[in-house]
Amino acid sequence: MNSLAMSSLSIAWALAAAQTLIFIAAAPLLAGWVKRLKCHLQNRAAPTVWQPYRDLAKLMRKDMVLAENASWLFRATPYIVFGATGLAAAAVPLIVVHLPTAAIADLIVLVGFFALARFFTALAALDIGTAFGGMGASREMTVAALAEPAMLMVVFTLSMTAGTTNLSTATETVLQAGVVLRPSFLFALFALAMVAVAECGRIPVDNPATHLELTMLHEAMILEYGGRHLALIEWASQIKLMIYAVLIVDFFFPWGIARDFDAVSLAVGVGAVTAKVMLLAMLLAAWESVLAKMRLFRAPQFLGFAFLLALLGMLTSIVLETGS
Amino acid sequence: MGADGRSESEDGGALAVSAVNMVDGVPLFLAYVAVACALLSGVVSLFAVRRHPDFLHTGSFLFLFLAGVASITAGGWALLTNLTVTDRLALGLPWLEWHLRLDPLSGFFLVLLGTLVTAASLYGPSYTREYTHGEAPQPLPPLGVFTATFVLGMQMLLLADDALVFMIFWEIMSLSGYFLVVYQHQHAGNRHAAFLYLLLAHVGALVILLAFGVLAAFGGGLTFAQMRAAPLTPLWATLAFAFAFLGFGTKAGMVPLHVWLPDAHPVAPSHISALMSGAMLKMGIYGIVRVSYDLIGEVRWEWGVALLVVGTASALLGVLYALMQHDLKRLLAYHSIENIGIILMGLGMSMIFLGSGHPLLGTLGLVAALYHTLNHALFKGLLFLGAGAVLYRTHERDLERMGGLIQRMPVTAFMFLVGSVAISALPPFNGFVSEWLTFQTALQAPALDNGVLRMIMPIAAALLALTGALAAACFVKAFGIAFLGKPRTRHVAHAREVPMGMLLGMGWLAALCLVLGVLPTLTIEAMAPITRLLAHTSLPAATAQGWLWLTPVSPQGASYSAPFVLLALVVVYGLGYLFLRRGAAPARRCYPWDCGFGSLTHRMEYTSTSFTQPIRRVFGAVWKVDEAVETTTAGAGPIPRVTGIRHHLHVQDWSWLKVYQPIGRLILDAARRIGFIQTGSIHTYLKYSFGTLVFLLWIVSL
Repeated sequence: MNSLAMSSLSIAWALAAAQTLIFIAAAPLLAGWVKRLKCHLQNRAAPTVWQPYRDLAKLMRKDMVLAENASWLFRATPYIVFGATGLAAAAVPLIVVHLPTAAIADLIVLVGFFALARFFTALAALDIGTAFGGMGASREMTVAALAEPAMLMVVFTLSMTAGTTNLSTATETVLQAGVVLRPSFLFALFALAMVAVAECGRIPVDNPATHLELTMLHEAMILEYGGRHLALIEWASQIKLMIYAVLIVDFFFPWGIARDFDAVSLAVGVGAVTAKVMLLAMLLAAWESVLAKMRLFRAPQFLGFAFLLALLGMLTSIVLETGS
Repeated sequence: MGADGRSESEDGGALAVSAVNMVDGVPLFLAYVAVACALLSGVVSLFAVRRHPDFLHTGSFLFLFLAGVASITAGGWALLTNLTVTDRLALGLPWLEWHLRLDPLSGFFLVLLGTLVTAASLYGPSYTREYTHGEAPQPLPPLGVFTATFVLGMQMLLLADDALVFMIFWEIMSLSGYFLVVYQHQHAGNRHAAFLYLLLAHVGALVILLAFGVLAAFGGGLTFAQMRAAPLTPLWATLAFAFAFLGFGTKAGMVPLHVWLPDAHPVAPSHISALMSGAMLKMGIYGIVRVSYDLIGEVRWEWGVALLVVGTASALLGVLYALMQHDLKRLLAYHSIENIGIILMGLGMSMIFLGSGHPLLGTLGLVAALYHTLNHALFKGLLFLGAGAVLYRTHERDLERMGGLIQRMPVTAFMFLVGSVAISALPPFNGFVSEWLTFQTALQAPALDNGVLRMIMPIAAALLALTGALAAACFVKAFGIAFLGKPRTRHVAHAREVPMGMLLGMGWLAALCLVLGVLPTLTIEAMAPITRLLAHTSLPAATAQGWLWLTPVSPQGASYSAPFVLLALVVVYGLGYLFLRRGAAPARRCYPWDCGFGSLTHRMEYTSTSFTQPIRRVFGAVWKVDEAVETTTAGAGPIPRVTGIRHHLHVQDWSWLKVYQPIGRLILDAARRIGFIQTGSIHTYLKYSFGTLVFLLWIVSL
C-alpha cells in the first residue's frame, strides 16, 4: 500500500517535471504562432512558427559582449529571471489538474515570481548607466505598480468563488461547477486579460517589436543584453505570455483538462489546452492589430479601468453570489 | 524545603519541583543579565574620553553585544518553552514595588531587540571611529551612555508588568532617543528634528498615560494583573483602546502622527537609526498588542476597522512619500512608516476576525502582523546599516551624488541588495512571507457576515498590493541609483569597502532575512505560544504538512514552499552554468550602446528624481509639488540662444502643511492672547497667588 502510494507520488512528480518542460518548450511556439497570425492580419510575409526556436538557438551560440561597467548583477539577472518564470510555469496546471508542484506556489506567489523577475530586470537596466535603461526601468515599474491592484482584485474575485488561491484546487472547483455563467467571472476575465496585456508588454501598453526610445518599456530594459543572456530573457518573456494565457484558460474555460493520469485523459488535455491557447492567441493577434500603442500616461487610465472591472467583479460576487 | 511543607517520602518530587522552578527562573535571570550588561556598557563608555576612545569602541560595544545575546537567549527561551514568569523588585515607591514579567510576547520582542542590538554592536566599533578620527569629532561618552539607556529602556519596558515601570522606562527610551538624535547638535536641522521628535514622543506618552489611567481606574491599581481583571464597559474599553492606539501609534509612526520620523531617523548615527527604526517603532506595536489583546482582553471589530483604515493610509502614503525622497536615510524612514502601516493592517484584520467570532482567522492575522514586525526589524536594520556604510565611506546621503558603488563596495552592495529584495516582498526572502500571510488573511474575508467588512478587506488588500509594487519601484530606484551605473561625484568614485565589523553586522541580519524567508513554518511554530497567550488559539494547519510547506488555512486553500523556490533558483543557476557558460568563449568587454553620439558620462544616467517622474505625474495630488524649469538665455534676436537650464523640484508632506502648521499657529496665537495676564507688575502676581490660595482653601474645606 505504501509502495503504491509512493509510486503514484513519484509518477505525479515525474509528470509535473515533464509538464514543466513541455510548458517551457512550447512557449516559443506560442510566440511564433502569435507573430504569424499578426503578420497575416497585417498583410505581411510571415515567418514560420518555428522561427523563435531558431532565434533562441542562434542567440545561445553567439559570443557575448558585455558593457565595460557591467557588474555581477547584470550577469546573474537572466538566470534569476528565467528561474523565477520557469518556477511559475511549474506551478500552473497545463495538461493535468492535480500536480504536486501546484502546491509550491499559489496565485499570489506567482505574482511574486513575476515581481522578482521584474525587479532584477529593472536593476540590470540601471546597471549599465545609459539613459535607455533608466527610462525602461522607470516606466516598467510605474506600469507594474498600477497593474498590481487590478491583479489582486482579480485574485480576490476568483478566490471568493473558488474558496482558494491554489491553482489546482481553483481549476478543479470551476471544473466541478460545470458550465455556469457568473457575472463576477465575466468581469474578472476582462480584467485579467487587460492586466495580462500590461504585464506581458503587449499593445496597447508596450510594443514588443519596437526599439525606438519613445515607445519601449520592456525592450529598453534589456537593450544591453546579447547572446545567451538575451536568449534566456526572451524565452522568459515568452513563458510569461504563455503562463497568463494558460491562467485565463484554467480559471475561465478549464473543460478538457486531464483529471487522471491515464493516456486518454492526457491526450485530451493536451489537445484541449492547445486548441484554447491557439484561440486566445488569435484574439490577441486581432487585438494587437486593431489597437495602437497608447502614450505612457494613458496607461494609468487603462489599468484603472482594469481595476474597476475587477472591483465590479468582486462586488458582484459579494452581492449576487453569496452562499455559492 | 521547609517552605514547601512536603514530607520526606516526596523528597524526589520536591526536588524535581524545585528544579523545575529553578529552571523557570533562568530566562528572567538572563533578562536581568541583559539589562545589567546594557547598564555596564553605558558606565564603561563614561571613560571613553578623547585619549581613550577604545573604551567605547571595544568595551562599551562588547557589553552591548553581550546584552543583545542575553536578550535573545532570554526571549527565545520564554517564547519556545511557552513560559510566563513574574517577579517583584523592591525598587520604586514604598507601597508599589516594581512588577516584572517575562512571557512569550515579551520574549518575542526581546529576541527582536537582541538581534538588532547584536548587529548594531558588531557594526558600531568601526562606525563610531568617524567621531574620533573624522572631520567633525564628537565626544564619545554621551553616545555610549545614551545608547545604553536607550537599549535599557526598551528591555525594561518589555519586562514591565505594571504601568509605573512601563512609563518610567518608556520615558527613558524616549529621552535617550532625543539625545541620540541631537548627538550632532552643531547643525540647526538636527536640533529642530530632535525637538519635533521629543514633542511628539511626549504627546504620545501623555495619551498612553490616559490609557493606563482608564485601565487602572477600573482595575483598582497600576499592575497589569489588576488591569487584566478590570471590568470594562464597551465604551470605556473603546476609550482605553483609542488612547492606547493614538499614544503608541505616535511612537510607531502612523499617519498623520508620523512627521517626526523622517526628520529624526536620518540625523541620528546610523546604527542608532537602525535601532530606532527597527526596535523603537516596534515598542509602539508591542504597546498596542499588549493593551488591546492582553490588558483589555476582548477586542472589538470596530477597533480593527480603525486600525485597518489607518494602516492602509500609512502604508500607501508612506511609500508614496518615500518615492519622492532622494536622501537615502529619509527614504528609509518613510519606508518604516509604510511597513508600520502594513503591520497595523494585519492587526486590524486580526481584530476584525476575532471581534466577529473567527478565532482561527484572527490568529492568522496576528501571526502575519507579528511576523512582519520581526521581518521589518531585520531588513530595515540591515538597510539603515547599509546606508550608514555608504555614509561612512562617501560622506554622502544624497542619492543624486552616488552611483557605481557596486564596483567599489561589493559586499555592502550585496547586503543592501538583500535588504532591498526583502523589503520589496519578493520570494524567497522574509518580507514576502509576511505579506503573503497578510494577503491570505484578507482573502478569508468571505467568512465574515457583515457585507461592508467583506468589501473593505479586499479593497485594503488591493491597496496593499499597490503599496508593495510601489515599494519595489522605490528600492529599484534606491539601489539602482546608489549602487549601479556610473559614479556621479568624485568622492564616490574613490570609495572603499567598509571594515569587517560593519560587514559582519550587516551579514548577520542578511542571513536572518534569508533564514526567516526560507523556513517560515519553523518561525510560525515558534510564534504559537504568543497566539495561545493572546488569542487562546494557535494555527495547527499552518505547519501540518511538514516544514517544507506553509499552508496557513488548509492544504487545499493556499500553500507556499519557500525552500523549493530557493532550490529552483539555485538549480537553474547551476544548470545555466553547466550547459551555457562552460565551453563558451569568455565575454568580451566593450562600451555600452550610445546611439553613435560618443562617450557616455554620468550626466546621461537617470537620476532619482527622473526615475520617479512617471509616478509623480500619476499620483500628483498626494504631495505638494513645486516644480519649475528656468532657462537662461543670451543674445539678442528673434530666437534667443539657451545657455543654461535649471530644474527646481520641491516635494512637501501635506500633513505638515495642513495639520501641524495650523495647529502650531493656533497654539502661538492662543499663547499671545493669554499673554495679557503677564503684566510685569509684582502687585498683579501677588494678587494671583492670593486668589489661588483662597480658592484652594475653599476646595479643601468642601
